[in-house]
Amino acid sequence: MATNTLAANLKKSAIAALWLAFLTLPVMVIRVDTVEKTITWRWMHLLYMLVGSFVLAIAWHFMMDRRDRGAAARETEGGVQDSALSRTLNNPRVLRPLMALGFLVAATFPWVFSMYQTNILVSALIYVVLGLGLNITVGLAGLLDLGYVAFYAVGAYAYALLNYHFHLGFWTVLPMAAILGSFFGILLGFPVLRLRGDYLAIVTLGFGQIVKLVLENWNSFSFGPSGVSNISRPGLFGYSYSVEQATTYIYYIMLALVLLAILVTTRLKDSRIGRAWLALREDEIACQAMGIDNTRAKLMAFSLGATLAAVMGAVFAAKTTFINPASFSFMESAMILAIVVLGGMGSILGVILGAFLLILLPEYMRAFSEYRMLLFGATMILVMVFRPEGLIKARRKVYKINTETA
Amino acid sequence: MMEHTSKAVLSVRNMSMNFGGLRALSEVDIEVRQGEVVALIGPNGAGKTTFFNCITGIYTPTEGQVLAYPRDGKEKRINGMRTNHVCELGMARTFQNIRLFPSMTALENVMIGRHCRTKTGILGAVLRGAKTRREEQEVVDKSYQLLKKVGLEKVANEYSRNLPYGAQRRLEIARALATEPFLLLLDEPAAGMNPQETLELKEMVTRIREEFQVSVLLIEHDMKMVMSLSDRIYVMEYGRVISTGTPVEVSADPQVIRAYLGEESDA
Ligand SMILES: Nc1ncnc2c1ncn2[C@@H]1O[C@H](COP(=O)(O)OP(=O)(O)O)[C@@H](O)[C@H]1O
Ligand SMILES: [Mg+2]
Repeated sequence: MATNTLAANLKKSAIAALWLAFLTLPVMVIRVDTVEKTITWRWMHLLYMLVGSFVLAIAWHFMMDRRDRGAAARETEGGVQDSALSRTLNNPRVLRPLMALGFLVAATFPWVFSMYQTNILVSALIYVVLGLGLNITVGLAGLLDLGYVAFYAVGAYAYALLNYHFHLGFWTVLPMAAILGSFFGILLGFPVLRLRGDYLAIVTLGFGQIVKLVLENWNSFSFGPSGVSNISRPGLFGYSYSVEQATTYIYYIMLALVLLAILVTTRLKDSRIGRAWLALREDEIACQAMGIDNTRAKLMAFSLGATLAAVMGAVFAAKTTFINPASFSFMESAMILAIVVLGGMGSILGVILGAFLLILLPEYMRAFSEYRMLLFGATMILVMVFRPEGLIKARRKVYKINTETA
Repeated sequence: MMEHTSKAVLSVRNMSMNFGGLRALSEVDIEVRQGEVVALIGPNGAGKTTFFNCITGIYTPTEGQVLAYPRDGKEKRINGMRTNHVCELGMARTFQNIRLFPSMTALENVMIGRHCRTKTGILGAVLRGAKTRREEQEVVDKSYQLLKKVGLEKVANEYSRNLPYGAQRRLEIARALATEPFLLLLDEPAAGMNPQETLELKEMVTRIREEFQVSVLLIEHDMKMVMSLSDRIYVMEYGRVISTGTPVEVSADPQVIRAYLGEESDA
């Protein structure tokens, strides 16, 4: 049996390698020099191609077999097996000290590290909250929203424009951005209530594009592609401070907002509302037949996600003091979605980890910046194939049962 | 067990349902009275599931009246009412092809049923005050008690997708009961069960009817179960009710014997 599959895998890999080598022959082997008018045949490249793709294909089949065997084992055991990473991170004896350490590092970070590092961490924290927000819509309620960045733009432009026209401060606009975000969430929610899956994804994608196009072209409102500059930094009881101090200040604001977002999303997830979202994600018809108002549940998921995004938008505008529509492209939505999917749909810990990985790694691996998108795509494909539930599996709450009350 | 004198909880009059040119239900009259177990039988494709879908708001009937009489006694016309409102009103159902929430635990599945009887909103959930925590604990405890009633307390924390078929069917019943219905609608609850499980299910339905004071309308193919469990039977064929009465009356009806029992008496 084992030798059989091995032989089969070798054969499949060999065929794949041959095909790939043949298909890439014109690109990899033949080289036409148009100046000298010569053709060079680089046969060594064919060999590299063959060997390389053969090895990759073998590795691929090996991993696939392992995955399938894992799935089969899970079926027979009946239980749900978590990955080693999930188990370790979900174990309170590992999680608690880790959290304490994380907290210590987080609390002292701006004093220990440079302003440059702090700035990078602030962007990562912004993406943590964006991830947590999208996690409500996509991860918990199962509504695939590809236009999430629109709400981020709403918050950013709300602060930028209110600050420009009316000189409103950051702390005044923050709650206004939140309200505006939830309003826009409902605004998008209504027309897409009946849509599901692919259709929902396409309409939300369109919504994101519309918002960006409006910002780019409605010059008298949003100053077009040139954007808004000289946005005020957050006020500190009327004190003025240096740019460096501003970074530290915004860092602590972000830290507080991250903690708040974690608290809010964790509590929502384990509540009556969170359970309704999960039921909605699992089976919409059964969910409604069990008395849950689908419309309400969906609108709540959209508008809560949008609220977090809009708040982050305001912080982003205050941090960079300059915004333009380019910051709110579809790539941003895709990035935030990737954070949620990579981290683990519905898993709060996973989303935090995903945000740090996807935002910090590219920052610290500038050497690979040319291949960034390639690596990004490859990682996402590998994760989806081998670990569709993401790096950390969503943990279900364990309920304490009072058996005395009959 | 005959309670002909008691009042109706569900009264369907002259209901028809068209899907384009297809008439899936045609002038159906069905009544369920308080405390009754009523069976709806008929060959596959007769329109039984469609009937359930029409009275639970999944489809809007093309013609006719669907009237419900909840515990407060007030008559409610429920044609075209939203599915979740029908459930809230007190008519809870199970599905022919099981529709549990697969990656939620057995306990959580039942807890979903409590949703429409509880109130915690976003703010309450985030602040998690004493009232929210009390309500949450009540939901957990009540759901666990319901799992006990259907004999699933040992698997409370198992994902529902990992439960055996028979257990999934019982879990669906527990979930429906959690919504505090006055009428329980069961769509082929014994399908896929072995004779032993079917017998247990029958006893369970009898027990539930007594304990929760619910009326039951069930679609079922298992004749032994239908004949011994139900107070009255409606027989459907091609979207029409062709016979109705007590099990004895129905099984003696020549039309029924020809249409259904004759060809599938041991099905
Ligand atoms: N949504 C629908 N659209 C079109 N036809 C349907 C729909 N639902 C049910 N039907 C048709 O209605 C008839 C009755 O089906 P159903 O109620 O499922 O039968 P039963 O439950 O008695 O086996 C069948 O012919 C079926 O094809
Ligand atoms: Mg059916």
